[in-house]
Amino acid sequence: MSYALETRGLCKRFGAIQVTSNVDLKIAHGARHALIGPNGAGKTTLVNLCTGMFKPSSGAILLNGSDITAISPQRRVGGGLVRTFQINTLFSGLTVAENLAIPVAQRLGRSWRPWGRTGSDRAVSENVARLLEDLKLLPLAAKKIADLAYGQRRLVEIAIALALEPKVLLLDEPAAGIPNGESGMILDLLERLPQDMSIVFIEHDMNLVFRFAKTISVLVEGAVLVEGSVADIRHDQRVRDVYLGRRHHD
Amino acid sequence: MLSAQFISLLTVLFDGVAFGMILFLISVGLSITMGVMRVVNLAHCGFAMIGGYLTYALTTMAALPFALAVPLAVVGTMIIGAILERTVYSWVYGQSELGQVLMTIGLTFVMIAGANALFGSSIQSIPVPSALRETVQLGPVGLPVYRLFLIAVAAACGVAIWLALEKTEAGAKLRAAVDNAKMAGCIGINVKALFALTFAIGCGFAGLGGALGADIFPLEPFYALHYLVLVLIVVSVGGLGSIKGTLLASLILGLIDTLGRYYLPTGGGIVIYLATLMLLLARPHGLFGRPA
Amino acid sequence: MNLPTSILLPAGALPHYRLGVMDVLPWIVALGVFFAFDTYLSLGAQILTMVIFGLSLDLALGFAGITTLGHAAFFGIGAYAAGYWNLHFTAEPLSGLLVAGLAAGAIGLLSGALLLRTHGLALLMLTMVVTVLLHEVANAWGSVTGGADGLSGVMPDALFRVFQFDLFGKTAYLYALGVLFLVFLVVRMVVNSPFGLSLRGVRENARRMHLVGASVHLRLVAAYAISAILAGIAGGLAAQLTRTVSLDRLTFQLSGDILIMLIIGGVGRLYGAFIGIPLYMLMLDRAAAVNPFHWMFFVGLALILLVRFAPGGLLALGDRGWGKGGKQ
Repeated sequence: MSYALETRGLCKRFGAIQVTSNVDLKIAHGARHALIGPNGAGKTTLVNLCTGMFKPSSGAILLNGSDITAISPQRRVGGGLVRTFQINTLFSGLTVAENLAIPVAQRLGRSWRPWGRTGSDRAVSENVARLLEDLKLLPLAAKKIADLAYGQRRLVEIAIALALEPKVLLLDEPAAGIPNGESGMILDLLERLPQDMSIVFIEHDMNLVFRFAKTISVLVEGAVLVEGSVADIRHDQRVRDVYLGRRHHD
Repeated sequence: MLSAQFISLLTVLFDGVAFGMILFLISVGLSITMGVMRVVNLAHCGFAMIGGYLTYALTTMAALPFALAVPLAVVGTMIIGAILERTVYSWVYGQSELGQVLMTIGLTFVMIAGANALFGSSIQSIPVPSALRETVQLGPVGLPVYRLFLIAVAAACGVAIWLALEKTEAGAKLRAAVDNAKMAGCIGINVKALFALTFAIGCGFAGLGGALGADIFPLEPFYALHYLVLVLIVVSVGGLGSIKGTLLASLILGLIDTLGRYYLPTGGGIVIYLATLMLLLARPHGLFGRPA
Repeated sequence: MNLPTSILLPAGALPHYRLGVMDVLPWIVALGVFFAFDTYLSLGAQILTMVIFGLSLDLALGFAGITTLGHAAFFGIGAYAAGYWNLHFTAEPLSGLLVAGLAAGAIGLLSGALLLRTHGLALLMLTMVVTVLLHEVANAWGSVTGGADGLSGVMPDALFRVFQFDLFGKTAYLYALGVLFLVFLVVRMVVNSPFGLSLRGVRENARRMHLVGASVHLRLVAAYAISAILAGIAGGLAAQLTRTVSLDRLTFQLSGDILIMLIIGGVGRLYGAFIGIPLYMLMLDRAAAVNPFHWMFFVGLALILLVRFAPGGLLALGDRGWGKGGKQ
């Protein structure tokens, strides 16, 4: 049985500091897997390792059973592994539609074509339009990113990833910066994602975690403290200790 | 008995070292300010030119002695530098390299036009006190005292800068600000004032180089552009913010350039540029530079 | 993905360039000059040549975001290639332009592949060094380039074997205008294409482009090479129209000049070159006769003020500045 995404003994050291310790992550197909833990636990580093932005000190990463440890970030995206960023990383001088046209064109293999106006390319513009409609962003299509509210930009951030039709989606704090009461639109979006898409998300907003996740890994100081279903984690004393500040090893 | 060719080689080498040391004086300020403030400052040679012209004005028009004119010119250059830093340079701190390039090119043009308006377009030479116009005989080789003086002053400046950066509290603060300006601000270092002072000092050294080096780097309005390429190569090869890198690069370039001019007129430039190209491709931060 | 009905995107969402008044205006003006100012046609042809050069730089700088101080290298190579071709092979002008473009494009491809792995200050320095290096090589390689004297006696044959290059510069002007029109069509096509959009993506946020699965480096090299070809064509044109090639076509100063001229009009806006370059060159023509240093002062001051108050150039007064994108 292969997993959508798997890490085996993944380690990362920066000099003398061990940031990721022996992480064995197993993400099943169609997973809704949350990665939680205190600040500095190494959650984003783990995502960076999986996407290829960092090279692991040791260990392996497998996408749908094949080893991608040595493969470049670009090719991992091509293999269906896509991430979003905690801080909006958008094409800020372009319109919303253009922000989505870029990944769509990339996916359709049209991004090297030096002729034909992008707007006239039916495949690209229809895909972009459909995506915008799904996300209820269509009225904003012609607006520049600079003119959008923060929450709308966050939606575009996720939309760019969705435009690539990922098999495995890594969301780095999708609700980051959005007040707890307003995370509705993000939740909406997440709940409507295809069932066969495997999703891993880092989150601090526990409402979102408990509503959306089916399984959870708790990361502390670079290592997995405990893993399991939502119910298990909710009642785990060690997790409570970590969040309430008591050291978990005495 | 040393052959005439060998003697002339020694003289050329000596000239090369003198050239390199003046280049060092002019460039070290740029290396520090670009390393510290991360501003692409193409107007830096203009400050060297200002130092040179101020010295010229003070010695000829105000008839001040050389020993007084040079320090005054350096101070004057520093003041001009500080004023410009607080005004035009502060406009471009947040901007991309392009904006900084354009602003500083514009500033250079203004400096050139100003120099021409005030001093005319022909080469001006700075009268040097007779004591320094002697030649010292080291065996069969005759070394001009002025050049020895240049080398000594530049070396002393290099040591002084190194000591200031490594051994003093102000130096430590500057190094902290280089490494992490935000953090430095948080622990109470007045980063703005520090940068302004650093910029002014950098201009001061350039001005000193311009003032002392007027016989190697002739003073005329296009000075600010003529040596820009050379100075930029020195600081990028040496590595931004590195004193020893700037010194090493200046000496090597000075020697190659001077040797080239005597022995291989068209080859010298090609050697320098090709070497720079290969070095920067292999090490984009130069010999001793640190990545941002 | 079957769509029962097409969903329409609002206007302006994606590049869907339609012809407007602005598009026809420059060409009308250019033709008007031909008829109204027929004693100034040689200056006019020079301006048109520089507009082509400016357009090539706009593609690299304004659209792909490659900050370069080395574009004169391609102009100069194109000039020398066209000149050499004319003197040693055939005086047919169009083949000269082709050779110029290919020569410059080859160097652009090679240097781009090497240099574009760096960015920011290191890239700026490297582009500058390549230019001064090529300048020295041209200086030294006298047998091909004529060294410090350059090449002279470049006499293009009749265009299409019909239109002779006359003393009044009529053929030259229309020739330059024709080349400019073609180059403009090419640049416009590239810029509005999916490839052009991906270039702008690289400019706006290279990091995101990586994580969208696009090869940033290959795109930069491609844009740089295309830009080099066009700059080479401009250089070749200059060689044919002024009948000489000299070392000052291959200088760091020329790189700076074309950058300044383009900025005045505005980068990344296609028509910025059409505004900034003629403006600059006309004023230069007037001012240089009076006092070149006054001109430098004026340009310097204009640059400082431009950077402070109108970073987008004349075409974008009131628009946002050009600070690096990626920040929210």
